[in-house]
Amino acid sequence: MSSLVKPDRRILDAETPSMHPLERRGFLKGALSLGALSLLTGCDLTDNEPAQRLLWNMSWWNDRVQAWLFNPNRLAPTYPESAVDRVFRYNAFYPEDEAPKLDPATYKLELSGSIGDKRPWTVDQLYQLPRTSQITRHVCVEGWSVIGKWSGCPLRNFLERIEADITKKYIGFICADGYYTSVDMPTALHPQTIMAFTFADQILPRKFGYPMKIRIPTKLGFKNPKFVIALSVTDAYPGGFWEDYGYNWYSGS
Amino acid sequence: MVPTGQTTELPNRIILLHPALVRITHWLNALAIFIMIGSGWRIYNWDPLFGFQFPVWVTFGGWPEVSQHWHNEEGLAGALQWHFAAMWLLFVNLLVYFAYGLASGHFRRAFLPVWPREIARDLGAALSGRLAHRVGERNAVQKVLYIGVLTVIVLTVLSGLSIWKPVQFQDLTGLFGGYDFARYVHFFCMTVIIVFLAVHLTLTALVPKVLPPMITGRAESDTGQDEGARP
Repeated sequence: MSSLVKPDRRILDAETPSMHPLERRGFLKGALSLGALSLLTGCDLTDNEPAQRLLWNMSWWNDRVQAWLFNPNRLAPTYPESAVDRVFRYNAFYPEDEAPKLDPATYKLELSGSIGDKRPWTVDQLYQLPRTSQITRHVCVEGWSVIGKWSGCPLRNFLERIEADITKKYIGFICADGYYTSVDMPTALHPQTIMAFTFADQILPRKFGYPMKIRIPTKLGFKNPKFVIALSVTDAYPGGFWEDYGYNWYSGS
Repeated sequence: MVPTGQTTELPNRIILLHPALVRITHWLNALAIFIMIGSGWRIYNWDPLFGFQFPVWVTFGGWPEVSQHWHNEEGLAGALQWHFAAMWLLFVNLLVYFAYGLASGHFRRAFLPVWPREIARDLGAALSGRLAHRVGERNAVQKVLYIGVLTVIVLTVLSGLSIWKPVQFQDLTGLFGGYDFARYVHFFCMTVIIVFLAVHLTLTALVPKVLPPMITGRAESDTGQDEGARP
């Protein structure tokens, strides 16, 4: 995948979700007109608009179908230690040495949206949360997969601690590298959805998202954000980095 | 054999060879398979199972330059969008076709009976170029090919489902040997469909008179039988 870092505008958006009641279809129109504007030199795009609209609508339909297929009690298959891949693939929209280097002294996990206790969390506070571990398969939208071991706090547990309104539709995540994504509430509450603090029994390495990534074995890899610095609970569709470029939003496994 | 309701005897020994529903589902299926294979090849290219990639021009999912504008990459998103849109066309069309085939007796008339002895006889005749083509009849080799390709299409759909949902359909994924192996099954099924298409299109080219009835449904009968031969 190529490199294009989105501006941090999205962070602001997520901090004030009520001001941006972005609905998916509304976004679609925006994307189409933005796309058309960005290609004034060629007519290919405008020619393709009906096709693009159809594909976006089918993707939206697939979101619905996948949400319906999702069984909140079905666990992703787990594997023995011997099945863990020794070389875990690095993957991002930039090279490994450009991964953010977050300082535990200044790091804060910011909370926004429908949350009772919005005080930010430090690394120390996060790392004191109760942990579970899992050995699960990470499946990339490109097709490849790797089995890894993560441990951390179940997101459900954290959401209860911060008094999040779990009747809201979405959890949005903002990352230190400009990445952002979001998941549906049922997935956020799934027992295997965790805030991962370790990988392969070590503190989460920088390239895999230090100090915290969201590990969701019921979703494709790009729905597992690294370097998470902000979390919001909202009814306003937060989208995502690749999702806004046309990758299926739900992307469940 | 007594033909059923959709049989219409027309003047000049012109018969309804292919019922409308068979023709419609055939061409919709052709469209769906075309999109699925083309976009599938593009998706394959992002993580090849074997030591080769498909040339971009035979793949489907939008031109790479255009994709940069829409998707910020060279064409995976477009291929995925097409693949997961066309799968519905393929799936719903197959359901309609199977429901019709079973309920109307089309499957029974068109594909059965098929016995090993006839298959061996007709295959021998076909390979030595002596297999006669009669309107209104399928030979045993054709029957085997059609039953075979329909089975493989169903396996392609199921193995695809097991790759798409290895958690929700983990039992199905297990049947296909796990996530990684299911990708090979999916690829292998696609290859079998390509081989079928090569045979199918070659035979159509060799006996071009079978093509118009697949569009109009009508053919001049030489046996008087309904729902007949095609390559």
